[in-house]
Amino acid sequence: MSIHYPTLIIILGCALVTVVPRIVPFLVVRNIALPEPVLKWLSYIPICILTALVVENFIIQTNDSVKVNWPVIIVVIPTLLIALKTKSLSITVISGVGMMALLRFFLLS
Amino acid sequence: MIAEKAVQQREKVDLTFKQGVKDCIPTLLGYISIGLAAGIVGVSSHLSVMEVTLLSALVYAGAAQFIICALMVANSSISAIILTTFIVNLRHFLLSATIAPEFTKYSLLKNVGIGALLTDESFGVSSSKIAKGEPINDRWMNGLNITAYVSWIIACTAGAIFGHLLSNPEAFGFDFALTAMFLALLVLQIESVLPSKLNHYLRLILYMAIIMIVLSFFVPSHVAVLISTIIVATIGVVTDK
Repeated sequence: MSIHYPTLIIILGCALVTVVPRIVPFLVVRNIALPEPVLKWLSYIPICILTALVVENFIIQTNDSVKVNWPVIIVVIPTLLIALKTKSLSITVISGVGMMALLRFFLLS
Repeated sequence: MIAEKAVQQREKVDLTFKQGVKDCIPTLLGYISIGLAAGIVGVSSHLSVMEVTLLSALVYAGAAQFIICALMVANSSISAIILTTFIVNLRHFLLSATIAPEFTKYSLLKNVGIGALLTDESFGVSSSKIAKGEPINDRWMNGLNITAYVSWIIACTAGAIFGHLLSNPEAFGFDFALTAMFLALLVLQIESVLPSKLNHYLRLILYMAIIMIVLSFFVPSHVAVLISTIIVATIGVVTDK
C-alpha cells in the first residue's frame, strides 16, 4: 500500500504528457487554424498508431532474437472478425480475452 | 413560435448532466472490463493498489496504462516511459481537435475540464451524436466524461485488489485485452473512413505492418511504433489524392 518515488515520477510525468495533447486543441482551436498539411498528417496518425500497437504484439523481442507470438496471431483473426461484425469495443475485448483464455487452457492442458 | 419554444425547451431538458450519465452507460462495460484488466496487469507489474489508483486517476488512458506497466517491468528508463506515453496518447490531440469546436462558446476552464477527461469512448459517443445532427452541451459532456472517469478509477482499483488474489492473470487471457481493444478501435476508425479513401487506408495499414515487423529486428518495439507511424503518416499525406 505504498507509492515508490520513481513510480510517482513516472505517473506524474505520464499524466502531464497525456493531459497536454488532450487540452491543447481546446485552447488552440479558439484562435488559430492549423495548416492543412499538418491536419492531414495528423489525420493518419490514429490508424497508423493503432495498427502499430496491434502488430507490436505479433512478435516477442528478446535480447538476441525475434520470435513469432503464435497465440496472439491465432486469436487476432477471430477477434478481428468479431470487431468487424459487432463494431463493439466491449464485445470485442471480452470475446478476445475469452478466446485467449481458452487457447491458453487447451495449450496448457 | 410556441412550438419552436417547446422544441428548445425539450432539448434543454434532454441535455442535462443526467442524460450524459445515461449516454455513458453503453460504454461502461468496455471501461470496466479494460479497467479491471489494467488493475490486474498493474499489480502483476509490481505496482501497489494505491499506485494503480493514482495511475488511473492521473493518466486515465487504458492503452498508456498497459504500456507503462509493460515498460516498467522491462526496466525501461523514466524518460523512455514518459516519451512512449506521449507518443501513444498523441492520438488524443486529434480527438480533442475534432470535438473542441463544439465548445468554443464556453469558458476556458470548462474547455480544459472537458479536454482533460476526453477518451476514445467519450469521443465516440459525442462525435456520433454530432454526426447525427443532435446538439451537445457542456453539462451533457461532463455527465458523460465524469461517469466514465469515476467508473474507470473504480474498475482499475478493483482489478488491482482482485489481482492480488490471482497468481497467474495471463492464464485468463487478460493481457490480450489491450490487443483486442486496439484492434476494435482500428476497425471503428476504418468504419468512419469515406468509401473512396478505404483502399488508401488499407494500403497504409499494410505498410505499417510490414515496416513494424522489419523494424522489430533492429529497434525496441516502442521505438518501432514511433518510427513506422511517422514514416507511414508521411506516406499517407504524400500519396493522398
